Formats: sequence, C-alpha cells, structure tokens
Amino acid sequence: MTAIPLGVPRRLVEFTLDGQEARVPEGSTILDACRAAGKDVPTLCEGDTLTPKNACRVCVVDVEGARTLAPACSRKAEPGMVVRTDTERARHSRKVVLELLASSVDLSTTPSVAQWIKEYEAKPDRFGPDAARVDEEPRVDNDLYVRDYGKCILCYKCVDACGDQWQNSFAISVSGRGFDARISVEHDGPLTDSACVYCGNCIEVCPTGALSFKSEFDMRAAGTWDEERQTETTTVCAYCGVGCNLTLHVQDNEIVKVTSPHDNPVTHGNLCIKGRFGYQHVQNRD
Amino acid sequence: MDLRFGDSKPTDEERAAVDALLGPPESSWEGADRSDADLRWARGGREARDRRDQLLPALHALNDRVGWISEGALDYVCRRLTVPPAEAYGVATFYAMFSVRPRPATVLHVCTDLACTAAGSGELCAAVEARLGPESGVKVERSPCLGLCERAPATLTIRAGHPARPALEGEAVQAEGGGPGAAAAGDGNGKGRRGRKALHATAVCAPATPDRAVTAATAPESAPTEPAPEAAVPQSGDPTLTLLSRIGTVDPTSLDDYRAHGGYTALRRAFALGPAAVIREVTDAGLVGRGGAAFPTGRKWQATAAQPDHPHYLVCNADESEPGTFKDRVLMEGDPYALVEAMTIAAYATGAHRGYLYLRGEYPRALARLTHAIEQARTRGLLGDDVLGQGYAFDIEIRRGAGAYICGEETALFNSIEGHRGEPRSKPPFPVEKGLFGKPTVENNVETLVNVLPILTMGAEAYAAIGTPTSTGPKLFCVSGSVARPGVYELPFGATLGELLTLAGVRDNLRAVLLGGAAGGFVRPDELDIPLTFEGTREAGTTLGSGVVMAFDDTVPLPRLLLRIAEFFRDESCGQCVPCRVGTVRQEEALHRIADRTGAAAADDIALLREVGRAMRDASICGLGQTAWNAVESAIDRLGAYE
Repeated sequence: MTAIPLGVPRRLVEFTLDGQEARVPEGSTILDACRAAGKDVPTLCEGDTLTPKNACRVCVVDVEGARTLAPACSRKAEPGMVVRTDTERARHSRKVVLELLASSVDLSTTPSVAQWIKEYEAKPDRFGPDAARVDEEPRVDNDLYVRDYGKCILCYKCVDACGDQWQNSFAISVSGRGFDARISVEHDGPLTDSACVYCGNCIEVCPTGALSFKSEFDMRAAGTWDEERQTETTTVCAYCGVGCNLTLHVQDNEIVKVTSPHDNPVTHGNLCIKGRFGYQHVQNRD
Repeated sequence: MDLRFGDSKPTDEERAAVDALLGPPESSWEGADRSDADLRWARGGREARDRRDQLLPALHALNDRVGWISEGALDYVCRRLTVPPAEAYGVATFYAMFSVRPRPATVLHVCTDLACTAAGSGELCAAVEARLGPESGVKVERSPCLGLCERAPATLTIRAGHPARPALEGEAVQAEGGGPGAAAAGDGNGKGRRGRKALHATAVCAPATPDRAVTAATAPESAPTEPAPEAAVPQSGDPTLTLLSRIGTVDPTSLDDYRAHGGYTALRRAFALGPAAVIREVTDAGLVGRGGAAFPTGRKWQATAAQPDHPHYLVCNADESEPGTFKDRVLMEGDPYALVEAMTIAAYATGAHRGYLYLRGEYPRALARLTHAIEQARTRGLLGDDVLGQGYAFDIEIRRGAGAYICGEETALFNSIEGHRGEPRSKPPFPVEKGLFGKPTVENNVETLVNVLPILTMGAEAYAAIGTPTSTGPKLFCVSGSVARPGVYELPFGATLGELLTLAGVRDNLRAVLLGGAAGGFVRPDELDIPLTFEGTREAGTTLGSGVVMAFDDTVPLPRLLLRIAEFFRDESCGQCVPCRVGTVRQEEALHRIADRTGAAAADDIALLREVGRAMRDASICGLGQTAWNAVESAIDRLGAYE
C-alpha cells in the first residue's frame, strides 16, 4: 500500500478558467487547475517533482489585465483571476515557441511534441535551411550515460535535480549565455572529471532525451531500440534497506534502463548509482 | 552539500588576488595549508555559504589582477566560498568582461553600438586591429554600448595587474587630478606610494581615433585625462537646471563643496519629516521610475516599507547598459554625493539599513568617484551607524557588474549580487516582497533617486508643478547621434522632441530618431511634435523608455543599425527562456536575409519577424525579450525601412 501524504488542509481559491468557475486549493498553479478541469495545456520544462523553472514558455496562458502571457506551470491561481488557456494570442505564442525549439534542436525523442506541433500547426522549417541549430556531437565520455546537446532545450530540470532540489551534488549548471548557453559541468570538461556521482536523476527528469542511458544511446544508434517491445516492471531495489522502487525496462529479456516511479512518496523518482545503473549482475548468465 | 573540487591549483598571483578580497584562508578546508587543528574542526558550511555573494567580487579580483580566470583560480574561489565549481563556472562564463580562456592582460573594448557605429566604430575597430597585432599584447574586443555616446566612437582599455583591488579613493582622485598618468580613473594606485608603476589600469578614450585608441591601449596609465563630466552637459551653468544644477559647479571629490552647494539639506528635511512623510512627499510629487518602466516610486517605497519581513534592502540600479544611455554616468561622475544622499533618504524612508549600488563594470570613473564619495560620507558620519547623529544606521556597498545588459533587469540584478547567474526571476513575487536575498527590496535607478532630492528641498507641490499633470518633474534625456551638441539634457516633461533636438542642434537631413534606446522605437522626422511625456509617447505609439534620443541623418544606413540592434539583443539574452534565446537569433537571421532587399522580396521575412516578435513580446520572461522586437518593428512600420 502506498502512503499518500495529505498535508495541511488548504483554502480554496475561486477564479475563472475559460469562462468556467474553477476552485483549486490555495497555492495551486493555473496548470494544476487546468489538469483538474481536464484541459490540455502543453508543457515541456515542467516536472512533476521539481519546482517549475518556466523557461520553455509552451504553457503560456492569457490572464486578463496582464501585459504579457503567464506561464501556467508556475503562476499561482489567485482569487478572482480570469484565465483563458486557448486564446489566439496564447496559441500563437505556443506555436512560435514550438517552431523556435524544433528549428534549433532535435525533438525526435521528446514525447508529445510531434502531436503539439501538429495541433498548433507549427512549421519549424520556415526559418529556412540556414537557421542556427545546436548541432553538436553527443558527448560520450563514460559508460553510464550520454549527453546529447543537440536535443537539449535548456529546461534546467537536470540542474535543479542535481542541485538543491534533489541530489545536492551541484555537478551541473548552465554556462555561457543566450543561444550559446549550455548545460555544463565545471570548466566544461568531461563528466568523469566533474563532481557527478552518476545517480542518473538528471536522466530521470530530462524531457527530451538529451540525457540518456548509454545502453539506450547505443541501441538507438544500432537501430535496435524499440519501446513497443519493452516491458516495464516495478520492483524494490535490493541493494540496501531504503526500499527504493525501481522500474526495470526490459527488451528481449535484457534490462535496457532503470527508472523510478515519481509518485513514490519516499524517493519521488530518485535513485543512486547502484539502483540506476548497477543491474548488470542480474543478467550475467554464464 | 557535498562539494568536489578539482586538483588544479591557483598560481601565487591568483591566490593573492583572491586573498586580498577575502582575507587569508584559515583552514585547509578553504585552501590553506593543512594544520593539526584541521583534523578536528572544519570551517565552511553555512557560514561560508553566506558569503556566496562574494563570488562576483572575487571573479573581478582575478580578472583585474590576472586578466582571465583559470581553472585553478576558479577552484580556489569555490573552496573559499563553498560554491560548487560548476555553478561558479556558469557565473564566470555569463559575463562578457570575464574570460575563462587565457588572454592578454590588456583588453581594448571598442564600442560597436548604435551611436559609435554611426560615428564609424567599424572602421576604427579595423584600423586598431591592424595596428595592434598579436605581439602588441592587447586583445581587441567589440563591445556593446560603453555609455559614452556623446563622445562616439569610444574605447575602454582595461589592463590587468597588481594590485587587484581598485585603489583607495583618495589616491584615485588625487591621481585623477594630477595630470597625465592619472587618466586611469579608479586606479591611481601604487604610484608614488610604492614608487612603482601602477600595473592595473583603465583608460577611457572618446572620441577615439585609431592613434589615440592605440596609445590608450598600449599605455593606459599615461593616456590623456577624460574630459570633465560637465562636458557632457551642454546646458551646464543654466540656472534653471534642477537635476544637473551641480554638475560642473560642484567639485565631485569634495564633500564640503557638495554641502556648500545645498548638499544634505534634503536628508535633513527627511529626518525632520520622518519616513512615512517622506514617502508621502514622494508619492504626492508624482515621481515615477526613470529607468524605463515608469512605476510610481512612492507606491514602491510604501509597499516595501510596509513589509513585515526584515531586513529591508535598498538597491540602486546603476547598471546603465541601454544603448544610447549615459545620463546616470554623468550624474555619478559629476555629482556623486547627490546619489549617496538620495540613497540614504530612500533607505530611511523604506526602513533599509544596507544599500547596494550595482554599478556597471564599464564605468571606471564613476566607480572611483562614488567609492571616494561613500568613503568620505562614512568618515563624516553621513553613512554608518549613526547617520547625521539621528540614530539611523545605513551604509552603501558598491557592486560592480561585469558586462551584462540583462543585469539591469531588477531581479537579474539581485541574482548577480547574490553570486548567481544574472538571469531574471519570474514575477510574482515582486521585489518589494521578495527581492535581494529573498527580503523586501526597493530598487530604483540613479536618475529616479536623484529626483528625490529636489522633491524634498522644494516640496512635493512645487515639484509636481514641473512638467505635466501626469508626468511630473524634470527629465534627463541622452541625446546623441547626428546632432551638433550631444549630451545629457534636462527638460521639464512636456517639451517636444523637436524642442529637445533644436536645443541639441539637430543637423539637416534627419532620417530617424530612436526614442528609448534599443528597447525603444524609431520615429520619423515629421513626428517631432511628440510631447516627451509618458502619456504623450504612449499616445504616439512609442515609448520614452530611459530617455534616449538618438538622431540619425540620411547618411546612416538604417538596415545596418537594425542589424546591430538585433545582434545586441541576441548577444545579451541570458538564454533562460525559449522565445528570447531562440527568437533573438531568428530575428537577426531574418534581418540578415533582408538586409539589402525591399518590397515584396522582403515581405515573407517581415511577416516572419512579426510573428516571432509578437511571441517574444508576449511570452518572454523579462523585459529584454519583450522589447527585443520594438525598434525593428517601429523601423518597419514607421520608417518603412524595407519598402
């Protein structure tokens, strides 16, 4: 049985969402309210276990009286607010943001994005063939995971997960600025020279596949990665007594990667290096 | 947190530079030699983390002394301050004035922004580069606006060397007044005292010719002295001036002279009134922020003063980096005590006991003058534990920026002071509630604060009588470009653009006027009757911004200016949000494509620009992205730039 923390009772905030009365607990974001009301607002950088950084701006909504659009993921619902999620203005910004992103990085392994691009009629090609792209070779400098900058949308989730929100290793940060800004370790060196402890929590939160298991990266390169054929089994990590949940992704009877359920109230998707990467002994068959 | 530091060691020079700022390390936990005591006792943790805000000063210390920031040096700073090396690297690479790759000790920044481009900085740059080959030991860097638009084209030389810290003010000012050799304002150090040549030096050269720029770059310590600040005030001596009245008449290095010219009467009145009444005066005077956002100052002060959370902070935004803006520089260089006094009043009114003056790194003379002024005020009891014997404690600390336009955004500025990357925070919460160090903070720009002095000396009613009913008081305008007398002008709100340009001696064949800087908009020569008020410019579909007025005659290639504006925003975007990070790049690309096209050939790209511009304006986190398309849009719509 999973324990569900209930927290302190909260007052309800009443506001208007797309013309309908909405009531959400105090402190909820507009996105929480949208989800509760069954509305689909696209998001990329929002993470279920991290403080939203509101950097991607795909989730922008129209708040009456505001000069600019507001990010639904981080703007708290306030009493009396009048919010519209589907105005032409909001849709326009979402479309352009999707175009800007898709024209500058590879979103082929980003879930849902293809569907949004279709829905918002985004045409990433229209910036022309010479539009600047983040075309960098993936950095493969260790046996556990790969950094592919060509897929990075700079959502800051890995930075937050590595920093004070989860792991407290502070091994990665953003360096440079503007279009040249990159997620990097100190002195932009290889991971093996950094403070990285290979917990893989950054991979867990990466929304685009810019950070991926070496196993997945190699299989994709070989053309053998096939999620359709994979099964997921959630079990308990056997290494220590904490009891973290592991979700084993198995393809052809081989563990291909390990994730962790985010709704686990103890770990929220966190694992350590052993739980995340130390599965090879399971499949040593000789 | 569990920090891991690298193996690279700082050089003696680097270690000395950091230790000069932070003091010698006490234990091996922060970089000293290991002692027996270290085995049982560790310093660091929370105590050291509270010094995170020393990161930017420490990077400056290294840059000033060594010229760049090596791995070993950065790791040493991280050890001293308990900052994760990855984060410190992220901070060091954020600022344009720092380098994490080896570079020569001397860097010559050649301004390539609007006024300087119009005045031929491209040719200047090429000529200087041709003369200063690799063997000269000088690195030439193209720089965004150096804030010397009235004397375009401009260069700034920064030479690293000992000592790491800027000189004590007394010396700096003495040296400054002491003829050649003193040119390096802010660095009169070492000379005379130790009988050896000052190694660390800065030199401003404007207007620059290739000859003069090369001289300033190769011998910054003996470059000719800059013209006095009043040279930038064509109205100097006009008895009707309010904000600029002292510039040119007061000795900016003398507190006594400042007092003889009416200094500190406003603070005395403030103490007589009490904090609440000071806020009332400011509110009744109708003062609104002069940095560009035009927010009512009294309301901001009131909101901060009313916050139950303590301490409260005061931040003076002197990160004047908007291309075309130089008024704050002139105020700080010509009348530094006025800013010190005004900050004291603002702090008193809002209940702050600590003020931060965030000064852009490209203003060496303002740094020297203000450091001196603050020191003098402290010595004379006008800052410190007991200001004017009133039992009120207040002190000011100067923090230097390091070349990042975005740090003028109020929340990015907080991050910068705190030792993080200068990325804007999302609002709400607003600074009055959670600002610097998460505490209630009032942030005003230099011109706004200086306006508080006449409000208190002449009274709210008399002040509000200046200007128009909704835009009250005097306003400073930075006029540059194709005019006979560029400089800072003071006019009551309500004067027209034409009147201002006439005053500045506008030349014939005016093609366009850029109002409000790169984030503002262009207007046509037939629109010169626009009243210079917030409401008047708004009605005319443009903005007053920070008070920039750049005139361009028909010799100035408009598409090239627009490209420069686009390049500026692409360069200065912090990269945090997608609309700005990628949008500014797409904007620049489109402008490159249509640089030489007009009419139907450009129509597609103009439509694309409009769509991207609209999303940048609507969906960017902060004002940089939101305004990055303003000037280009206005050039297309009002000037018919590509018709």
